[in-house]
Amino acid sequence: MKQMKKMSKTTKDNLITYGVVALAYVVVEILLKGGMISSLLQGLLVPLCVYVVLAISLNLVVGISGELSLGHAGFMCVGAFAGAFVSNYVKDMIPVGGIRLLLALLVGAAAAAIFGLLIGIPVLRLRGDYLAIVTLAFGEIIKNVVNVFYVGVDGNGIHVSVKDKLSLGLEADGLVIINGPQGITGTPKDASFTAGVLLIFLTLFIVLNLINSRDGRAIKSIRDNRIAAESVGINITKYKLMAFSVSASLAGAAGVLYAHNLASLQASKFNFNTSILVLVFVVLGGIGNIRGSIFAAVILTLLPELLRALNDYRMLIYAIVLIVMMLATSSPAGQAMRERIALKLFSGRKKETKEEQ
Amino acid sequence: MALLEVKNLGISFGGLRAVDDFNLEIEQGQLYGLIGPNGAGKTTIFNMLTGVYKPTNGKIFLDGEDITGKTNIEINKHGIARTFQNIRLFSGLTVLDNVKVGLHNQKEYIYSALTGILRLPRYRQAEKAMDARAMEILKVFDLDQESGYLASNLPYGKQRRLEIARALATNPKLLLLDEPAAGMNPNETQELMDMICFVRDEFKMTILLIEHDMKLVSGICEKLTVLNFGQVLACGETSEVLKNPEVITAYLGE
Repeated sequence: MKQMKKMSKTTKDNLITYGVVALAYVVVEILLKGGMISSLLQGLLVPLCVYVVLAISLNLVVGISGELSLGHAGFMCVGAFAGAFVSNYVKDMIPVGGIRLLLALLVGAAAAAIFGLLIGIPVLRLRGDYLAIVTLAFGEIIKNVVNVFYVGVDGNGIHVSVKDKLSLGLEADGLVIINGPQGITGTPKDASFTAGVLLIFLTLFIVLNLINSRDGRAIKSIRDNRIAAESVGINITKYKLMAFSVSASLAGAAGVLYAHNLASLQASKFNFNTSILVLVFVVLGGIGNIRGSIFAAVILTLLPELLRALNDYRMLIYAIVLIVMMLATSSPAGQAMRERIALKLFSGRKKETKEEQ
Repeated sequence: MALLEVKNLGISFGGLRAVDDFNLEIEQGQLYGLIGPNGAGKTTIFNMLTGVYKPTNGKIFLDGEDITGKTNIEINKHGIARTFQNIRLFSGLTVLDNVKVGLHNQKEYIYSALTGILRLPRYRQAEKAMDARAMEILKVFDLDQESGYLASNLPYGKQRRLEIARALATNPKLLLLDEPAAGMNPNETQELMDMICFVRDEFKMTILLIEHDMKLVSGICEKLTVLNFGQVLACGETSEVLKNPEVITAYLGE
């Protein structure tokens, strides 16, 4: 009986998470139709979806598999450039934005997954601080390598160079798609809020179902006790790689969405700060708490924009909010206070209903 | 033929000879005890049997098959499961999930990651069968009421029992228990003794255990091996070994 209750509790929890996203989508759509969202906020909607997907995917590595990775922006970068390249390549062949974006997402996610696997094989031998440092380094390496790439297309096919535009040797009709440090320009703006929310749903579906399956259990068992997991026959390398590459491919998909929201895309955007920002979402939302990651990503992305009016004090207030959030979610006193507030609200409501009677 | 046969097993850590010329034969269904003073090399032997350490020399045969030098994952698949001296549970998982991780590699419950993500019919079927089997095992250990608790929230005695339940879930031929009675009061130890005998009879299990509690050792072990400074001091029937004057001076005390 208890076990039935427990199972339905997980399912219920997941349904609430899906419901929250769906509700947010409906509310925003209604507000958009009513013209009640400023153009500034409208511009934030797609990045918001990107950060939510990034936070969920990083939580799979940090929270579920228990490894600190600081190179998430690197996988996002791989996905963004692979996806944007495909979109530019097929721009004239496929006129429909949705199909183009879908194709770009598939290619971007696959490319990031391959990078995740290739980097994961050597890197996941390390643990803790060492893993964090090495993933940080790999993130920077990816960024810097992409930064020197020149890729062009002409009648003869694809040309690649790491020197400059001229050395591509393109014919007269050739087109430079990836232009070194200047990145990719002219990517079709195929990303939309709806596409972003669909990607969030897909990410949630993959991550939540993975967590609550045989493989998810194995991943969590390694996090909780590596030696015991080995003693019951769990293949540590396989499951760590699985978590790492699934997370990388979802970050890649987020990168594709990001790239299709911008007219010009540079590798320098995917730096250490972006990785840390996503990690902040995960930590503040609660490590291993998927729904928390969503809330943290949304709040912390909107906050700096909402505080824009405060000018100089913006970052100060942002920092204070971070500290307050951390105290509220993680300190024992904060948890006790949350319980007290919940109790007060609950008993208050009870009183009201009594008075009504 | 013996279920477990260990021949001339030895391991050196640098210049330290931790275990030397260790021989052991355990028959199917036997309850075998490994005792000795602290630092004698008992846990090191467990670590070699389960593939955590690679022996420097010697051979280990399980059911006639040479398993020397295999990894701990392979050895678990061959049929050796263990518990740990300091409890190692999956503390963030529920009691039920702890046992289900133990069922991870059994053919009837295996499905691919994609099946899990897409929630194909095979997922439901395998998970249901796993739940049923895990609850069955938990019931044997009187833990079925706590199946939804986090493992870390169980009291100490139940954590020890859960660890044995998880080891049994891997469907082993040989179960290694590393100080199962450590930290237990006399009542709990008595319960544990009953439970170990029950597991042996119910699961037709062969058990090798390390223990310092002489009441438990003399109460349930059929045969004993006494280890001192990495070498076998005595071995044989429990009652005879415990009377051996060498064993008394080295370990039991006058």
